[in-house]
Amino acid sequence: MAKYMLIMRGTDESNAAMMADIDEMMATTRQFIEEMVKAGVLLAAEGLDDPSRGVVVDFSGQAPVVTDGPYGETKELFGGYFLLDVASQQEAVEWASRVPAAPGSKIEVRRVAGSDEVPQAAQ
Amino acid sequence: MGRADVEAVWRIESARIVAALTRFTGDFGLAEDAAQEAVAEALVSWPLACPANPAGWLMATARRRAIDAIRRRTALQDRYAELAADLAVGPAAGSAVDEDIDPDKIDDDVLALMFISCHPVLSPEARVALTLRVVGGLSSEEIARAFLVPVPTVQARITRGKKTIAAAGVPFELPAAAERRERLGGVLSVLYVIFTEGSTATSGERLLRPDVAYEAIRLARTLAALQPDEPEVHGLLALCELTAARFPARTGPDGSPILLEDQDRRLWDFSAIRRGLAALAKASTRGLGPYGLQAAIAATHAAAPSVEATDWERIVLLYEVLGRVAPSPVVELNRAVAVAMASGPAQALAIVDELIALDRLPGSHLVATVRGELLARLGRRPEARAELELAARLCANQRERSVLLRKAAALS
Repeated sequence: MAKYMLIMRGTDESNAAMMADIDEMMATTRQFIEEMVKAGVLLAAEGLDDPSRGVVVDFSGQAPVVTDGPYGETKELFGGYFLLDVASQQEAVEWASRVPAAPGSKIEVRRVAGSDEVPQAAQ
Repeated sequence: MGRADVEAVWRIESARIVAALTRFTGDFGLAEDAAQEAVAEALVSWPLACPANPAGWLMATARRRAIDAIRRRTALQDRYAELAADLAVGPAAGSAVDEDIDPDKIDDDVLALMFISCHPVLSPEARVALTLRVVGGLSSEEIARAFLVPVPTVQARITRGKKTIAAAGVPFELPAAAERRERLGGVLSVLYVIFTEGSTATSGERLLRPDVAYEAIRLARTLAALQPDEPEVHGLLALCELTAARFPARTGPDGSPILLEDQDRRLWDFSAIRRGLAALAKASTRGLGPYGLQAAIAATHAAAPSVEATDWERIVLLYEVLGRVAPSPVVELNRAVAVAMASGPAQALAIVDELIALDRLPGSHLVATVRGELLARLGRRPEARAELELAARLCANQRERSVLLRKAAALS
Protein backbone atom coordinates (compact mmCIF):
# COMPACT_ATOMS: atom_id res chain seq x y z
CA MET A 1 0.00 0.00 0.00
CA ALA A 2 1.04 3.57 -0.50
CA LYS A 3 -0.19 7.11 -0.63
CA TYR A 4 -0.73 8.81 -3.95
CA MET A 5 -1.61 12.37 -4.82
CA LEU A 6 -3.86 13.00 -7.78
CA ILE A 7 -2.83 16.46 -8.90
CA MET A 8 -5.46 18.27 -10.94
CA ARG A 9 -3.96 20.26 -13.80
CA GLY A 10 -6.43 22.46 -15.60
CA THR A 11 -6.00 24.72 -18.65
CA ASP A 12 -7.83 27.97 -19.36
CA GLU A 13 -10.21 26.01 -21.61
CA SER A 14 -10.91 23.23 -19.09
CA ASN A 15 -11.38 25.76 -16.29
CA ALA A 16 -13.83 27.69 -18.46
CA ALA A 17 -15.70 24.46 -19.27
CA MET A 18 -15.85 23.65 -15.57
CA MET A 19 -17.13 27.12 -14.62
CA ALA A 20 -19.82 26.94 -17.32
CA ASP A 21 -21.67 24.36 -15.24
CA ILE A 22 -20.12 24.72 -11.84
CA ASP A 23 -23.17 23.42 -9.91
CA GLU A 24 -23.19 20.19 -11.87
CA MET A 25 -19.42 19.85 -11.41
CA MET A 26 -19.68 20.43 -7.67
CA ALA A 27 -22.44 17.84 -7.36
CA THR A 28 -20.58 15.13 -9.30
CA THR A 29 -17.37 15.90 -7.41
CA ARG A 30 -19.15 15.57 -4.06
CA GLN A 31 -20.55 12.22 -5.20
CA PHE A 32 -17.11 11.06 -6.32
CA ILE A 33 -15.58 12.09 -2.99
CA GLU A 34 -18.27 10.16 -1.14
CA GLU A 35 -17.47 7.07 -3.21
CA MET A 36 -13.79 7.29 -2.26
CA VAL A 37 -14.68 7.78 1.41
CA LYS A 38 -16.87 4.66 1.35
CA ALA A 39 -14.08 2.74 -0.35
CA GLY A 40 -11.83 3.72 2.57
CA VAL A 41 -9.18 5.34 0.36
CA LEU A 42 -9.61 9.13 0.67
CA LEU A 43 -7.30 10.95 3.09
CA ALA A 44 -7.72 14.52 1.87
CA ALA A 45 -9.10 16.57 -1.00
CA GLU A 46 -8.78 20.27 -1.65
CA GLY A 47 -9.30 22.73 -4.46
CA LEU A 48 -7.25 25.89 -4.98
CA ASP A 49 -8.54 29.39 -5.57
CA ASP A 50 -8.13 31.16 -8.95
CA PRO A 51 -4.41 31.24 -9.91
CA SER A 52 -4.65 34.94 -10.82
CA ARG A 53 -5.25 35.65 -7.12
CA GLY A 54 -2.08 33.76 -6.18
CA VAL A 55 1.27 35.16 -5.15
CA VAL A 56 4.68 33.79 -6.19
CA VAL A 57 7.73 34.00 -3.96
CA ASP A 58 10.80 33.75 -6.20
CA PHE A 59 14.15 32.61 -4.76
CA SER A 60 16.22 33.19 -7.93
CA GLY A 61 17.98 36.25 -6.53
CA GLN A 62 19.75 36.91 -3.26
CA ALA A 63 16.56 37.87 -1.47
CA PRO A 64 13.16 36.33 -2.20
CA VAL A 65 11.09 38.42 -4.62
CA VAL A 66 7.32 38.46 -4.23
CA THR A 67 5.11 38.94 -7.29
CA ASP A 68 1.33 38.87 -7.65
CA GLY A 69 -0.48 36.62 -10.08
CA PRO A 70 -0.25 33.08 -11.41
CA TYR A 71 2.88 30.94 -11.45
CA GLY A 72 5.02 31.47 -14.58
CA GLU A 73 3.87 30.59 -18.06
CA THR A 74 2.69 27.12 -17.08
CA LYS A 75 -0.23 26.12 -19.29
CA GLU A 76 -1.48 23.38 -16.99
CA LEU A 77 -1.88 24.95 -13.60
CA PHE A 78 -2.18 23.02 -10.33
CA GLY A 79 -5.82 23.49 -9.32
CA GLY A 80 -6.40 20.99 -6.54
CA TYR A 81 -5.65 17.52 -5.31
CA PHE A 82 -6.95 14.25 -3.91
CA LEU A 83 -4.72 12.37 -1.47
CA LEU A 84 -5.40 8.62 -1.57
CA ASP A 85 -4.30 5.66 0.52
CA VAL A 86 -4.45 2.74 -1.93
CA ALA A 87 -3.02 -0.73 -2.49
CA SER A 88 -1.15 0.00 -5.72
CA GLN A 89 -0.27 2.61 -8.33
CA GLN A 90 -2.76 0.89 -10.65
CA GLU A 91 -5.51 1.55 -8.12
CA ALA A 92 -4.52 5.22 -7.89
CA VAL A 93 -4.66 5.42 -11.69
CA GLU A 94 -8.06 3.71 -11.74
CA TRP A 95 -9.41 6.31 -9.27
CA ALA A 96 -7.82 9.10 -11.31
CA SER A 97 -9.62 7.87 -14.43
CA ARG A 98 -12.92 8.22 -12.54
CA VAL A 99 -12.41 11.86 -11.48
CA PRO A 100 -15.16 14.05 -12.98
CA ALA A 101 -12.56 16.25 -14.66
CA ALA A 102 -13.42 18.85 -17.32
CA PRO A 103 -12.39 18.09 -20.92
CA GLY A 104 -8.87 19.31 -21.66
CA SER A 105 -7.61 18.96 -18.09
CA LYS A 106 -5.03 16.45 -16.92
CA ILE A 107 -4.37 14.57 -13.70
CA GLU A 108 -0.84 13.87 -12.56
CA VAL A 109 -0.57 10.75 -10.34
CA ARG A 110 2.37 10.92 -7.93
CA ARG A 111 3.36 8.61 -5.08
CA VAL A 112 3.96 10.21 -1.70
CA ALA A 113 7.45 9.26 -0.54
CA GLY A 114 7.74 7.64 2.89
CA SER A 115 9.61 9.37 5.72
CA ASP A 116 12.40 6.79 5.33
CA GLU A 117 12.94 7.56 1.64
CA VAL A 118 15.27 10.04 0.01
CA PRO A 119 13.37 11.98 -2.67
CA GLN A 120 14.25 10.80 -6.18
CA ALA A 121 15.57 14.16 -7.35
CA ALA A 122 18.07 14.33 -4.48
CA GLN A 123 19.75 11.02 -5.25
CA MET B 1 -4.07 -3.94 -19.19
CA GLY B 2 -2.14 -6.32 -16.98
CA ARG B 3 -2.93 -8.38 -13.92
CA ALA B 4 -2.29 -5.47 -11.54
CA ASP B 5 -4.78 -3.27 -13.44
CA VAL B 6 -7.49 -5.93 -13.24
CA GLU B 7 -6.80 -6.38 -9.53
CA ALA B 8 -7.00 -2.62 -8.98
CA VAL B 9 -10.47 -2.37 -10.55
CA TRP B 10 -11.56 -5.49 -8.66
CA ARG B 11 -10.43 -4.07 -5.32
CA ILE B 12 -12.58 -1.00 -5.86
CA GLU B 13 -15.60 -2.88 -7.18
CA SER B 14 -15.67 -6.28 -5.44
CA ALA B 15 -17.83 -5.37 -2.45
CA ARG B 16 -20.38 -3.50 -4.60
CA ILE B 17 -20.54 -6.26 -7.22
CA VAL B 18 -20.87 -9.16 -4.77
CA ALA B 19 -23.37 -7.15 -2.71
CA ALA B 20 -25.51 -6.25 -5.74
CA LEU B 21 -25.35 -9.83 -7.06
CA THR B 22 -26.30 -11.29 -3.69
CA ARG B 23 -29.32 -9.02 -3.57
CA PHE B 24 -30.12 -9.93 -7.19
CA THR B 25 -29.82 -13.74 -6.74
CA GLY B 26 -30.48 -14.09 -3.03
CA ASP B 27 -27.49 -16.44 -2.86
CA PHE B 28 -24.25 -15.21 -1.30
CA GLY B 29 -22.12 -18.21 -2.32
CA LEU B 30 -23.35 -18.12 -5.90
CA ALA B 31 -22.73 -14.37 -6.11
CA GLU B 32 -19.18 -14.77 -4.88
CA ASP B 33 -18.48 -17.62 -7.33
CA ALA B 34 -19.89 -15.60 -10.23
CA ALA B 35 -17.83 -12.57 -9.29
CA GLN B 36 -14.67 -14.68 -9.13
CA GLU B 37 -15.42 -16.11 -12.58
CA ALA B 38 -15.74 -12.59 -13.93
CA VAL B 39 -12.33 -11.65 -12.49
CA ALA B 40 -10.78 -14.79 -13.98
CA GLU B 41 -12.22 -13.85 -17.37
CA ALA B 42 -10.99 -10.28 -17.04
CA LEU B 43 -7.47 -11.53 -16.38
CA VAL B 44 -7.60 -13.37 -19.72
CA SER B 45 -9.45 -10.88 -21.91
CA TRP B 46 -8.42 -7.39 -20.69
CA PRO B 47 -4.78 -7.72 -21.73
CA LEU B 48 -6.06 -8.39 -25.28
CA ALA B 49 -8.76 -5.73 -25.39
CA CYS B 50 -9.38 -3.36 -22.55
CA PRO B 51 -13.10 -2.57 -22.07
CA ALA B 52 -14.19 1.06 -22.19
CA ASN B 53 -15.85 0.69 -18.78
CA PRO B 54 -13.94 -1.94 -16.79
CA ALA B 55 -16.18 -1.71 -13.72
CA GLY B 56 -19.31 -2.12 -15.85
CA TRP B 57 -17.71 -5.02 -17.69
CA LEU B 58 -17.02 -6.85 -14.41
CA MET B 59 -20.56 -6.29 -13.16
CA ALA B 60 -22.18 -7.38 -16.42
CA THR B 61 -19.98 -10.47 -16.73
CA ALA B 62 -20.50 -11.49 -13.11
CA ARG B 63 -24.23 -11.05 -13.58
CA ARG B 64 -24.18 -13.28 -16.66
CA ARG B 65 -22.17 -15.94 -14.82
CA ALA B 66 -24.66 -15.80 -11.96
CA ILE B 67 -27.49 -16.42 -14.39
CA ASP B 68 -25.54 -19.32 -15.96
CA ALA B 69 -25.16 -20.86 -12.52
CA ILE B 70 -28.82 -20.47 -11.73
CA ARG B 71 -29.72 -21.95 -15.09
CA ARG B 72 -27.79 -25.06 -14.08
CA ARG B 73 -29.91 -25.49 -11.01
CA THR B 74 -33.16 -27.10 -12.04
CA ALA B 75 -34.75 -26.46 -8.67
CA LEU B 76 -34.54 -22.77 -9.35
CA GLN B 77 -36.28 -22.91 -12.76
CA ASP B 78 -38.89 -20.38 -11.86
CA ARG B 79 -36.49 -17.89 -10.49
CA TYR B 80 -34.36 -18.32 -13.62
CA ALA B 81 -37.30 -17.52 -15.88
CA GLU B 82 -37.79 -14.33 -13.93
CA LEU B 83 -34.13 -13.40 -14.13
CA ALA B 84 -33.84 -14.31 -17.81
CA ALA B 85 -36.77 -12.06 -18.61
CA ASP B 86 -35.01 -9.40 -16.62
CA LEU B 87 -31.80 -9.95 -18.59
CA ALA B 88 -33.61 -9.80 -21.95
CA VAL B 89 -34.66 -6.24 -21.26
CA GLY B 90 -31.52 -5.50 -19.29
CA PRO B 91 -28.91 -2.92 -20.20
CA ALA B 92 -26.16 -3.54 -22.74
CA ALA B 93 -22.91 -4.95 -21.44
CA GLY B 94 -20.40 -2.27 -20.56
CA SER B 95 -22.88 0.21 -19.23
CA ALA B 96 -24.45 -2.19 -16.79
CA VAL B 97 -22.78 -1.13 -13.59
CA ASP B 98 -24.93 1.93 -12.95
CA GLU B 99 -28.17 0.12 -13.72
CA ASP B 100 -27.29 -3.02 -11.74
CA ILE B 101 -26.25 -1.13 -8.66
CA ASP B 102 -29.18 0.57 -6.98
CA PRO B 103 -27.66 3.70 -5.43
CA ASP B 104 -30.33 3.79 -2.72
CA LYS B 105 -29.62 0.24 -1.63
CA ILE B 106 -25.94 -0.33 -2.35
CA ASP B 107 -24.65 1.07 0.96
CA ASP B 108 -26.95 -1.19 2.94
CA ASP B 109 -26.03 -4.09 0.67
CA VAL B 110 -22.28 -3.59 1.22
CA LEU B 111 -23.00 -3.39 4.94
CA ALA B 112 -25.08 -6.59 4.75
CA LEU B 113 -22.13 -8.18 2.95
CA MET B 114 -19.87 -7.30 5.88
CA PHE B 115 -22.38 -8.75 8.34
CA ILE B 116 -22.79 -12.00 6.38
CA SER B 117 -19.00 -12.41 5.97
CA CYS B 118 -18.58 -12.03 9.75
CA HIS B 119 -21.63 -14.11 10.67
CA PRO B 120 -21.38 -16.00 13.99
CA VAL B 121 -22.19 -19.36 12.32
CA LEU B 122 -18.79 -19.13 10.57
CA SER B 123 -15.48 -20.20 12.09
CA PRO B 124 -13.24 -17.25 13.01
CA GLU B 125 -10.82 -18.20 10.19
CA ALA B 126 -13.66 -18.29 7.64
CA ARG B 127 -14.88 -14.84 8.79
CA VAL B 128 -11.44 -13.35 8.20
CA ALA B 129 -10.99 -15.06 4.83
CA LEU B 130 -14.46 -14.16 3.55
CA THR B 131 -14.22 -10.54 4.71
CA LEU B 132 -10.88 -10.02 2.98
CA ARG B 133 -12.07 -11.83 -0.12
CA VAL B 134 -15.52 -10.40 -0.74
CA VAL B 135 -15.40 -7.03 1.01
CA GLY B 136 -11.69 -6.28 0.61
CA GLY B 137 -11.36 -7.77 -2.87
CA LEU B 138 -8.20 -9.74 -2.06
CA SER B 139 -7.32 -12.93 -3.92
CA SER B 140 -6.83 -16.26 -2.13
CA GLU B 141 -3.09 -15.86 -2.75
CA GLU B 142 -3.04 -12.45 -1.07
CA ILE B 143 -5.02 -13.74 1.93
CA ALA B 144 -2.71 -16.75 2.23
CA ARG B 145 0.29 -14.40 2.24
CA ALA B 146 -1.36 -12.18 4.83
CA PHE B 147 -1.98 -15.04 7.26
CA LEU B 148 1.05 -17.17 6.39
CA VAL B 149 -1.06 -20.19 5.48
CA PRO B 150 -1.10 -22.27 2.27
CA VAL B 151 -3.39 -21.07 -0.56
CA PRO B 152 -5.50 -24.30 -0.55
CA THR B 153 -6.21 -23.69 3.15
CA VAL B 154 -7.65 -20.26 2.35
CA GLN B 155 -9.67 -21.68 -0.55
CA ALA B 156 -11.04 -24.43 1.69
CA ARG B 157 -12.02 -21.89 4.38
CA ILE B 158 -13.89 -19.81 1.82
CA THR B 159 -15.65 -22.80 0.24
CA ARG B 160 -16.63 -24.20 3.63
CA GLY B 161 -17.73 -20.76 4.79
CA LYS B 162 -20.08 -20.31 1.85
CA LYS B 163 -21.55 -23.78 2.44
CA THR B 164 -22.07 -22.97 6.12
CA ILE B 165 -23.93 -19.76 5.25
CA ALA B 166 -26.14 -21.66 2.78
CA ALA B 167 -26.77 -24.58 5.16
CA ALA B 168 -27.70 -22.23 7.99
CA GLY B 169 -30.05 -20.34 5.66
CA VAL B 170 -28.53 -17.01 6.66
CA PRO B 171 -30.58 -14.30 4.92
CA PHE B 172 -28.88 -11.43 3.10
CA GLU B 173 -30.10 -8.51 5.14
CA LEU B 174 -29.08 -6.10 7.87
CA PRO B 175 -29.44 -7.63 11.33
CA ALA B 176 -32.58 -6.58 13.21
CA ALA B 177 -32.18 -3.59 15.53
CA ALA B 178 -32.18 -5.83 18.63
CA GLU B 179 -29.11 -7.77 17.56
CA ARG B 180 -27.43 -5.10 15.42
CA ARG B 181 -25.06 -3.87 18.14
CA GLU B 182 -23.85 -7.37 18.99
CA ARG B 183 -23.39 -8.36 15.33
CA LEU B 184 -21.53 -5.11 14.72
CA GLY B 185 -19.20 -6.12 17.56
CA GLY B 186 -18.57 -9.34 15.63
CA VAL B 187 -17.61 -7.40 12.50
CA LEU B 188 -15.31 -5.12 14.52
CA SER B 189 -13.52 -8.06 16.09
CA VAL B 190 -12.85 -9.60 12.65
CA LEU B 191 -11.35 -6.30 11.46
CA TYR B 192 -9.26 -6.09 14.63
CA VAL B 193 -7.97 -9.64 14.18
CA ILE B 194 -6.83 -8.68 10.67
CA PHE B 195 -5.22 -5.52 12.00
CA THR B 196 -3.33 -7.25 14.81
CA GLU B 197 -2.02 -9.87 12.39
CA GLY B 198 -0.38 -6.96 10.57
CA SER B 199 0.69 -5.02 13.66
CA THR B 200 2.12 -7.95 15.65
CA ALA B 201 2.49 -10.98 13.41
CA THR B 202 1.69 -14.06 15.51
CA SER B 203 4.32 -16.10 13.74
CA GLY B 204 6.98 -15.84 11.08
CA GLU B 205 10.04 -13.81 10.32
CA ARG B 206 8.68 -10.26 10.42
CA LEU B 207 7.13 -8.39 13.33
CA LEU B 208 5.14 -5.92 11.26
CA ARG B 209 3.22 -6.46 8.07
CA PRO B 210 1.85 -3.01 7.25
CA ASP B 211 0.09 -4.22 4.10
CA VAL B 212 -2.10 -6.55 6.21
CA ALA B 213 -2.80 -3.81 8.75
CA TYR B 214 -3.68 -1.49 5.86
CA GLU B 215 -6.48 -3.83 4.71
CA ALA B 216 -8.07 -3.65 8.17
CA ILE B 217 -7.80 0.14 8.28
CA ARG B 218 -9.35 0.44 4.85
CA LEU B 219 -12.25 -1.83 5.84
CA ALA B 220 -12.71 0.08 9.11
CA ARG B 221 -12.89 3.35 7.14
CA THR B 222 -15.56 1.83 4.91
CA LEU B 223 -17.51 0.66 7.94
CA ALA B 224 -17.17 4.11 9.56
CA ALA B 225 -18.56 5.71 6.40
CA LEU B 226 -21.50 3.28 6.33
CA GLN B 227 -22.21 3.34 10.10
CA PRO B 228 -21.29 6.91 11.07
CA ASP B 229 -23.45 6.87 14.21
CA GLU B 230 -21.74 3.88 15.86
CA PRO B 231 -19.06 5.18 18.26
CA GLU B 232 -17.17 1.87 18.50
CA VAL B 233 -16.61 1.78 14.73
CA HIS B 234 -14.79 5.10 15.08
CA GLY B 235 -13.09 3.74 18.21
CA LEU B 236 -11.68 0.80 16.27
CA LEU B 237 -10.61 3.04 13.40
CA ALA B 238 -8.91 5.41 15.87
CA LEU B 239 -7.12 2.50 17.55
CA CYS B 240 -5.85 1.18 14.21
CA GLU B 241 -4.73 4.60 12.93
CA LEU B 242 -2.95 5.48 16.20
CA THR B 243 -1.24 2.08 16.40
CA ALA B 244 -0.19 2.16 12.74
CA ALA B 245 1.18 5.69 13.25
CA ARG B 246 3.99 4.11 15.29
CA PHE B 247 4.92 1.53 12.64
CA PRO B 248 7.81 3.56 11.14
CA ALA B 249 9.49 3.65 14.57
CA ARG B 250 8.69 0.12 15.69
CA THR B 251 11.37 -1.81 13.85
CA GLY B 252 15.07 -1.18 13.32
CA PRO B 253 16.81 -1.29 9.95
CA ASP B 254 17.34 -5.06 10.42
CA GLY B 255 13.65 -5.65 11.20
CA SER B 256 14.15 -6.20 14.94
CA PRO B 257 11.44 -4.79 17.21
CA ILE B 258 11.98 -1.47 19.00
CA LEU B 259 10.01 -1.08 22.23
CA LEU B 260 7.90 2.00 22.90
CA GLU B 261 10.43 3.45 25.36
CA ASP B 262 13.24 3.25 22.77
CA GLN B 263 11.32 4.51 19.74
CA ASP B 264 12.37 7.65 17.89
CA ARG B 265 9.07 9.48 18.18
CA ARG B 266 9.99 11.84 15.36
CA LEU B 267 9.38 8.88 13.03
CA TRP B 268 5.73 8.53 14.07
CA ASP B 269 3.31 9.28 11.26
CA PHE B 270 1.72 12.53 12.37
CA SER B 271 -0.97 12.59 9.70
CA ALA B 272 -2.08 9.13 10.90
CA ILE B 273 -2.12 10.44 14.49
CA ARG B 274 -4.28 13.37 13.38
CA ARG B 275 -6.71 10.97 11.64
CA GLY B 276 -6.72 8.75 14.72
CA LEU B 277 -7.51 11.66 17.05
CA ALA B 278 -10.31 12.83 14.73
CA ALA B 279 -11.81 9.31 14.78
CA LEU B 280 -11.42 9.18 18.58
CA ALA B 281 -13.38 12.42 18.91
CA LYS B 282 -16.24 10.80 16.98
CA ALA B 283 -15.98 7.72 19.20
CA SER B 284 -16.33 9.77 22.37
CA THR B 285 -19.85 11.06 21.81
CA ARG B 286 -21.58 8.59 24.16
CA GLY B 287 -18.79 7.37 26.46
CA LEU B 288 -16.03 5.14 25.17
CA GLY B 289 -16.41 1.42 24.49
CA PRO B 290 -13.56 -1.10 24.59
CA TYR B 291 -12.03 -0.03 21.25
CA GLY B 292 -12.45 3.65 22.06
CA LEU B 293 -10.74 3.14 25.43
CA GLN B 294 -7.80 1.37 23.81
CA ALA B 295 -7.64 4.20 21.27
CA ALA B 296 -7.63 6.72 24.13
CA ILE B 297 -4.65 4.89 25.63
CA ALA B 298 -2.87 4.96 22.27
CA ALA B 299 -3.71 8.67 21.98
CA THR B 300 -2.14 9.34 25.38
CA HIS B 301 1.09 7.78 24.12
CA ALA B 302 0.80 9.70 20.85
CA ALA B 303 0.57 13.00 22.75
CA ALA B 304 3.63 12.30 24.91
CA PRO B 305 7.08 13.55 23.88
CA SER B 306 8.78 10.66 25.73
CA VAL B 307 8.07 7.67 27.98
CA GLU B 308 8.98 9.69 31.07
CA ALA B 309 6.70 12.55 30.10
CA THR B 310 3.76 10.20 29.45
CA ASP B 311 0.62 10.64 31.53
CA TRP B 312 0.82 7.14 33.07
CA GLU B 313 -1.79 7.98 35.73
CA ARG B 314 -4.30 8.57 32.95
CA ILE B 315 -3.27 5.33 31.24
CA VAL B 316 -3.73 3.36 34.49
CA LEU B 317 -7.17 4.92 34.84
CA LEU B 318 -8.12 4.04 31.25
CA TYR B 319 -6.98 0.43 31.79
CA GLU B 320 -9.08 0.25 34.97
CA VAL B 321 -12.16 1.37 33.03
CA LEU B 322 -11.29 -1.01 30.19
CA GLY B 323 -10.95 -3.85 32.71
CA ARG B 324 -14.47 -3.09 33.92
CA VAL B 325 -16.21 -2.85 30.51
CA ALA B 326 -14.20 -5.65 28.85
CA PRO B 327 -12.48 -7.75 31.51
CA SER B 328 -9.55 -9.73 30.16
CA PRO B 329 -6.24 -11.00 31.51
CA VAL B 330 -4.40 -9.17 28.69
CA VAL B 331 -5.91 -5.89 29.90
CA GLU B 332 -4.79 -6.75 33.45
CA LEU B 333 -1.28 -7.40 32.21
CA ASN B 334 -1.20 -4.07 30.37
CA ARG B 335 -2.55 -2.36 33.48
CA ALA B 336 0.36 -3.88 35.39
CA VAL B 337 2.82 -2.33 32.91
CA ALA B 338 1.15 1.07 33.30
CA VAL B 339 1.12 0.75 37.11
CA ALA B 340 4.84 -0.01 37.02
CA MET B 341 5.40 3.28 35.18
CA ALA B 342 3.03 5.30 37.38
CA SER B 343 3.77 3.83 40.82
CA GLY B 344 6.75 1.50 40.54
CA PRO B 345 7.51 -2.18 39.81
CA ALA B 346 6.57 -3.69 43.19
CA GLN B 347 2.87 -2.86 42.90
CA ALA B 348 2.88 -4.05 39.28
CA LEU B 349 4.49 -7.37 40.21
CA ALA B 350 1.64 -8.06 42.62
CA ILE B 351 -0.86 -7.74 39.74
CA VAL B 352 1.20 -10.07 37.52
CA ASP B 353 1.66 -12.64 40.29
CA GLU B 354 -2.07 -12.68 40.85
CA LEU B 355 -2.62 -13.36 37.13
CA ILE B 356 -0.18 -16.27 37.38
CA ALA B 357 -1.73 -17.60 40.62
CA LEU B 358 -5.14 -17.68 38.95
CA ASP B 359 -3.59 -19.16 35.77
CA ARG B 360 -5.36 -16.50 33.71
CA LEU B 361 -2.92 -16.51 30.75
CA PRO B 362 -1.41 -20.00 30.65
CA GLY B 363 1.50 -20.44 28.25
CA SER B 364 1.68 -16.73 27.34
CA HIS B 365 5.11 -15.31 26.65
CA LEU B 366 3.76 -11.85 27.49
CA VAL B 367 3.24 -12.64 31.19
CA ALA B 368 6.78 -13.98 31.47
CA THR B 369 8.15 -10.99 29.52
CA VAL B 370 6.47 -8.44 31.79
CA ARG B 371 7.37 -10.38 34.95
CA GLY B 372 10.99 -10.62 33.81
CA GLU B 373 11.15 -6.87 33.17
CA LEU B 374 9.63 -6.06 36.57
CA LEU B 375 12.02 -8.42 38.39
CA ALA B 376 14.94 -6.81 36.56
CA ARG B 377 13.78 -3.35 37.67
CA LEU B 378 13.55 -4.65 41.26
CA GLY B 379 17.16 -5.88 41.00
CA ARG B 380 16.22 -9.58 41.28
CA ARG B 381 18.51 -10.48 38.39
CA PRO B 382 18.72 -14.34 38.47
CA GLU B 383 14.91 -14.60 38.69
CA ALA B 384 14.53 -11.98 35.96
CA ARG B 385 16.86 -13.89 33.65
CA ALA B 386 15.02 -17.19 34.17
CA GLU B 387 11.71 -15.45 33.50
CA LEU B 388 12.93 -13.82 30.24
CA GLU B 389 14.36 -17.14 29.07
CA LEU B 390 10.97 -18.72 29.74
CA ALA B 391 9.35 -15.93 27.72
CA ALA B 392 11.71 -16.61 24.80
CA ARG B 393 10.79 -20.31 24.83
CA LEU B 394 7.06 -19.44 24.74
CA CYS B 395 7.31 -16.75 22.02
CA ALA B 396 6.47 -17.74 18.41
CA ASN B 397 7.78 -14.61 16.69
CA GLN B 398 11.48 -15.04 15.91
CA ARG B 399 12.22 -11.31 16.05
CA GLU B 400 10.70 -10.92 19.49
CA ARG B 401 12.40 -14.09 20.72
CA SER B 402 15.89 -12.87 19.90
CA VAL B 403 15.25 -9.58 21.72
CA LEU B 404 14.16 -11.54 24.82
CA LEU B 405 17.25 -13.74 24.72
CA ARG B 406 19.49 -10.68 24.38
CA LYS B 407 17.87 -9.11 27.43
CA ALA B 408 18.21 -12.32 29.42
CA ALA B 409 21.88 -12.61 28.48
CA ALA B 410 22.49 -9.01 29.60
CA LEU B 411 21.34 -9.96 33.10
CA SER B 412 23.93 -12.70 33.64
